[in-house]
Amino acid sequence: MNHDLLSGEKVQLVAPNPEMDAELFARWARDSEYLRMLDFDPARQWSIKKYKEWLEKDLVETEKSDNFFFLIRTLVEGRLIGLVGLDGILWNQGTAWVGIGIGEREYWGKGYGTDAMCTILRYGFDELNLHRVSLNVFEYNQRAIHSYEKSGFTVEGRMRQCLRRDGQRWDLIYMGILREDWERNFS
Amino acid sequence: MIIQESLFEGRRVYLAPLDPDNDAEIEARWTHDIEYLRLLGADPARPVSPARIKKRYSELEKEMDEGNNQFYFNIHLRQPEEGGEATGLAYGRLLGFARLHWISWTHGNAFVSLGIADAQERGKGYGSDALRLILRYAFAELNLFGLSASIPEYNQVALHVFGEQGFQEEIRQRQALHRYGRRWDIINLGLLHEEWQEQLAV
Repeated sequence: MNHDLLSGEKVQLVAPNPEMDAELFARWARDSEYLRMLDFDPARQWSIKKYKEWLEKDLVETEKSDNFFFLIRTLVEGRLIGLVGLDGILWNQGTAWVGIGIGEREYWGKGYGTDAMCTILRYGFDELNLHRVSLNVFEYNQRAIHSYEKSGFTVEGRMRQCLRRDGQRWDLIYMGILREDWERNFS
Repeated sequence: MIIQESLFEGRRVYLAPLDPDNDAEIEARWTHDIEYLRLLGADPARPVSPARIKKRYSELEKEMDEGNNQFYFNIHLRQPEEGGEATGLAYGRLLGFARLHWISWTHGNAFVSLGIADAQERGKGYGSDALRLILRYAFAELNLFGLSASIPEYNQVALHVFGEQGFQEEIRQRQALHRYGRRWDIINLGLLHEEWQEQLAV
């Protein structure tokens, strides 16, 4: 038994606190590059109040076990640097989708995201008993693709020319990890 | 295609709006056909009442009206049955549904799904006819750039019908379904506007 299911080597997954976190989300949203890595929808900014409402809604869904949403906190500094969550869970199929974002730029490219992903995968497979976790990533986000491969994901295909950004079309890449892939790599 | 050509009228079927008073009862009956529901997707198959279908219809119309990211049609036979009224809005028998959803206007794409619910009406080309209509609607009316469809591996008929209209396999979500005692892939197909256009020219 692992006694600290929600801690990895560099980060810990912690409960959202809408009161405190909304301001953080609003600050991260000033960074359009971050938004364009994270979301298919047009990059835009919302009020702190709106982020708070969304965070509260996520919490309600978390309580119903419809999704599992966490903030990522570094173990050393105790700093909140991003978010990670499982949603779209189909309990009958044992499948879920994962989304992750590191809002604090100085933590990009240093393994924090990979560690957070490995941690939530362990939660998904060992605690939720999922069979499979899926994700989407944009073709231009090569750093993320590399990180997901390190976490054990495999590219399963690409939705051709799905996005249009900066005058170019880009594929939407689908990746997936099965319980057996995960057990082979990490157990 | 020309401007006078109907967007809603195929060779054999119509794309029609939802009609709660007439359709809900029939659709509720279909939800008792577990095999049909399993062909459509990953959600747990479960029967629902006509009242619930009516509620679903009004939610759908509200979403279409306010969300502006989906178009939902019921598929009807083009000819009214023997003795049926051929006047006004009288459509033929209800056969299934066709839907464009998760439309992203920014990027110009959407998902398409379609079902011919009555097992006895399958294999007669109604699905292909309805699919041709909804593709034309997506590309020639909505001006979308590309379409995707997500189909369970065991739904070979759908894979064939979409393939005939030019869809290519793009993604295999390995073992995403657990049914009939084993795991199955979900297959994503894609069709781009330019590919659709080229086919029309052939």
